[in-house]
Amino acid sequence: MIRERYLNMMVLALLVLVPAYAVLMDEPFTITLASRAVIFALAGVGLNLALGQGGLVSFGHAAYFGMGGYAMGILASHAQNYEPLMEVPFVIEGTNSMPVIWLVAIVASALLALLIGALSLRTTGVYFIMVTLAFGQMFYYFTISWPAYGGEDGLSIYVRNQFPGLNTLDPIQFYGICFVLLLAVLYGVNRLNKSPFGLALNGAHQNEERALTVGINVYRLRLVAFVISGAITGLAGALFADLNRFVSPTMFSWGVSGEIMIFIILGGVARLFGPVVGAAVYIMLEHFLGGLSEYWFIYLGVILLFVVLFAKGGIIGGLSKKETRHAG
Amino acid sequence: MTTILLIEQVLNGLQFGVMLFLMAAGLTLIFGVMGLINLAHGSLYMIGAFAAAAVAAWTGNFLLALMASLIVAAIAGAIIELTVIRRLYDRDHLDQVLATFALILIFSEATRWVFGSFPLFLNIPDALKGTIILPGGIEYSLYRLTIILIGLAVAVGLFLLISKTRVGMRIRAGENDREMIGALGVDISVLYTMVFALGAALAGLSGALVGAIQSVEVGMGEPVLILAFVVIVIGGIGSIKGALAGAILVGLTDTLGRTMLPVIFGTFMEASSATTVGSALASMLIYILMAGVLLFKPTGLFGKA
Repeated sequence: MIRERYLNMMVLALLVLVPAYAVLMDEPFTITLASRAVIFALAGVGLNLALGQGGLVSFGHAAYFGMGGYAMGILASHAQNYEPLMEVPFVIEGTNSMPVIWLVAIVASALLALLIGALSLRTTGVYFIMVTLAFGQMFYYFTISWPAYGGEDGLSIYVRNQFPGLNTLDPIQFYGICFVLLLAVLYGVNRLNKSPFGLALNGAHQNEERALTVGINVYRLRLVAFVISGAITGLAGALFADLNRFVSPTMFSWGVSGEIMIFIILGGVARLFGPVVGAAVYIMLEHFLGGLSEYWFIYLGVILLFVVLFAKGGIIGGLSKKETRHAG
Repeated sequence: MTTILLIEQVLNGLQFGVMLFLMAAGLTLIFGVMGLINLAHGSLYMIGAFAAAAVAAWTGNFLLALMASLIVAAIAGAIIELTVIRRLYDRDHLDQVLATFALILIFSEATRWVFGSFPLFLNIPDALKGTIILPGGIEYSLYRLTIILIGLAVAVGLFLLISKTRVGMRIRAGENDREMIGALGVDISVLYTMVFALGAALAGLSGALVGAIQSVEVGMGEPVLILAFVVIVIGGIGSIKGALAGAILVGLTDTLGRTMLPVIFGTFMEASSATTVGSALASMLIYILMAGVLLFKPTGLFGKA
């Protein structure tokens, strides 16, 4: 059995080695796959904060993923058409600068998470799952029926957005950006989990009554966690849109919420690197099973069913055999 | 907008609501008795529709097709209850969500494998084609009216089943105290399989009835599933009465919103943007309704605190 820390180090090392592998084997497509995996991992790390640490089973994280995507799409489409986003009362121009887009994506999805969270957190348990799912779906239908930004067809952005000093159209450099962002967020989330805030969040997950009794405002605590979680997933959405240079209502669909959840359960719930391992394995399954059969979702379903029924703790749990501090 | 058009839309809303009730009743019953959140309910709806379309294409008899939808969905429900669902009763909701999500992937792809990606068509039987004149001179589709009547009949039947029969008594007892009813000698696992199959049959029937108006295709179940979630969140999880009230409310709100909002916005906006804003808002209306209910009653209209 391997210590979870060493396992995490190995995962990071593998992710660093992907570009080298791609160059040596002359398979540039691998880098795009790895970028997808890293971006999905980032979305999963966001959800894992709410779901794993906080015990908040949100089935509507596609809302933030899509919000991040549309933040990128709307800003970049205005920049590409040279039309200001709004003129009264003051002029806001579109932009194709990645840092600005990330900031907007984070703020927009955090605000959305604040709104949805404030309503949804009034409920618990199975109500919470259904309510978050329904709100996510609300944005899916809204983007389909709102024609200004492509409606059902989505929005294409012809040139990838700019990052100062880098050529973002080079797959390896774009992968580097995604990877560094993932590292930064993993570092931040790890610090957060060990901070008094993270411990209180986890404590409220394990025993809500006790947390309330010692004077913790559980509702506010969870809302803050939910907002941070949504903001991280929103950032991932902006990167995903940049990877594909395309946004569409599909980013809001409930299947995306389900996928983000699958990354977590495959890798291991409430483990720091759970979503990273889960997303990487998911992308590999998609690539190899998708090559074997048109109907690869059947195999994915069977694997998922097996993991849920018989392999609690996911891949990391299976390899490291150490319970998380907050199992269940 | 004329009164006749309005009444027609109210009837359409009622028809939509009644169909949602058939879905929501099964979901809420399964949650109430077994404490299980079942995402695969939408797949059972799809299976019912495909079974009906296949039997109708083979025999040409709509009544047989409806019977097939009930039976096949109930059998599919019983099979997944016996193999998968039963292992999930003691698990937390996250495991239930993921396992039943996995079932959706399996069912959808398997159906695509067997029937292909193209939608099937289920025709309305000749006897129910055309329209009927209702009192007041309102012309309305006979088939849709039949759906409303079937749905209301099922609702009455379900109420009688649960409040008057021995099985219903056991279901209610199961909702209140699972361990006690097991201790009193009722075979609880058989009861669970029965409840699950009953819910599945209702979903299958609903799929078949709607399949004749819309097309029968893979993925048809999931939008309805999510609406059924909205219904039971509004009505209160575990309450059949709440499911009926919520379903009618959602059906009417959605249907009337889609026709009325563009008209209402048209009174103070120019026509084209009124249609855009109105229809975009209409697509969000039931979720706004849900948010409103949650603000005042987080456990739904008929939910237990």
